[in-house]
Amino acid sequence: MTLPFYVSPEQIAQDKAEFARKGIARGKSIVVLEHEGGILLMAENPSTLSKIGEIYDRIAFAGVGKFSEFDQLRKVGVRYADVKGYSYSREDVLVKALANAYSQAMGEEFARSPKPLEVEIVVAEVGDDRLAGHERNAIYRVGFDGSISDHRSYCVIGGNAESLESHLQANFRPNLPLGEALKLGRATLERAQNGNRLEVEKLEVCVLERTRPTRKFRRLSADEVRGILGS
Amino acid sequence: MPGFRSTYQGSSFFELLRVDHPHLVAQAGGAPGLAGGAVAPGAAASIPHGTTVLAMKCAEGVLVAGDRLATENYRVASRDLQKVFPTDDHSLMAIAGAAGPCIEMARVLRVELEHYEKIEGAPLELEGKANKLSQMIRQNLPAAMQGLVVVPLFAGYDRRRKTGRLWKYDVTGGRYEEAEYEATGSGSLYARESLKKSWRPGIARDEAVRAAVEALVDAADEDRGTGGIDVTRGIYPNIFTCNAQGIQEVSKEEIAELHRRVLEARTSRGSA
Repeated sequence: MTLPFYVSPEQIAQDKAEFARKGIARGKSIVVLEHEGGILLMAENPSTLSKIGEIYDRIAFAGVGKFSEFDQLRKVGVRYADVKGYSYSREDVLVKALANAYSQAMGEEFARSPKPLEVEIVVAEVGDDRLAGHERNAIYRVGFDGSISDHRSYCVIGGNAESLESHLQANFRPNLPLGEALKLGRATLERAQNGNRLEVEKLEVCVLERTRPTRKFRRLSADEVRGILGS
Repeated sequence: MPGFRSTYQGSSFFELLRVDHPHLVAQAGGAPGLAGGAVAPGAAASIPHGTTVLAMKCAEGVLVAGDRLATENYRVASRDLQKVFPTDDHSLMAIAGAAGPCIEMARVLRVELEHYEKIEGAPLELEGKANKLSQMIRQNLPAAMQGLVVVPLFAGYDRRRKTGRLWKYDVTGGRYEEAEYEATGSGSLYARESLKKSWRPGIARDEAVRAAVEALVDAADEDRGTGGIDVTRGIYPNIFTCNAQGIQEVSKEEIAELHRRVLEARTSRGSA
């Protein structure tokens, strides 16, 4: 008779985390930046499958890793936000509660499921000057194990997050105009490509615009990005 | 995690509510917020009812207008009820019938269209939107049988066909596309008669707004349930135009001026 091997919970968690990290590291990065007019979300993404999406009026989602997994999480977020906004009011849909819900769900998935999620996500909320108490932007990053952190100014997820973040740390300035923020975002993403030029067509660019009425999320076309960058 | 992950995995918000949040919709498949079996016979009349709304095609798209009155039997329930609701950037719903379920349905439809767009990554076609509304009205049939009728107009700009389109509905969810103009609610007969004289194919925007003001004045003149233009309180009809660029509300000032001119023309006619 063979005895089942004893594997310590620490070992299981470590193995799962290593597996998830490997999966995420293979993917390309996403940069989220606060700028003068709101929040900019930028991904290196040559395909037409979106990594960035709208959740609600002031909230956007970005995910890296396995597409099927983070896209599922995006849809869960949309359903959560729409039901909440419908049963209370549109102003009651806040990113903090959403990020917490993600954290709970992803943490639970990490503990329960033999295969952890190979994703990392960011949910960002743009401030609204007309909503007292909600004038500031909020950015939350949730990891594959449900670990949650809030960020000021900028946040990077994906393969080369640390190196890209250090680039932002050195170059980020508050209240950049959109054009400057786009340039900084592109330069940051290019670091993951050893500084090789990233064509506009290979970028997925979305913004949360502070001054837009109600739905503040907008996807920028390649032409628009080119126009703003002036290249 | 309860409340976060849903059983329903499709792209319809209305279905999501029905499957995962049934407490947010009516029990007998009735209108959201009103249980189908909860209305005593005869009680429906004492629930506020909206009256006259109209829609017409015009040169660049469509125009949708509605008076502001809601009545309970013979009493005024509200003088400044909004009955025309933009449901997204290129479509509008105008309501007539039991105000509560009507307004709720417009609210659900707005979330429905937005929800679909976010989940699928592309908006519904105008016809798809009209069809979805049809299904929602059909769900309301048990409540409609007890007097909580929802009979809206739906209109918008079809970006694929590059034209304005409009639909009327019956209580069973029957959907009828109209090629010219349509009105619904208690004063609709008079509004339609008025539009019959003033509407013509390719009618320009300014002329269409005038025709709408005149039709609402005519409806209020003949039907006691339709609210006229209330100059003393400054309550004017809601009139929206919708074209390729989106939806625009006609300003109170413009409506006031048109109303003044309509009255002037009729006053001189009366005194002659």
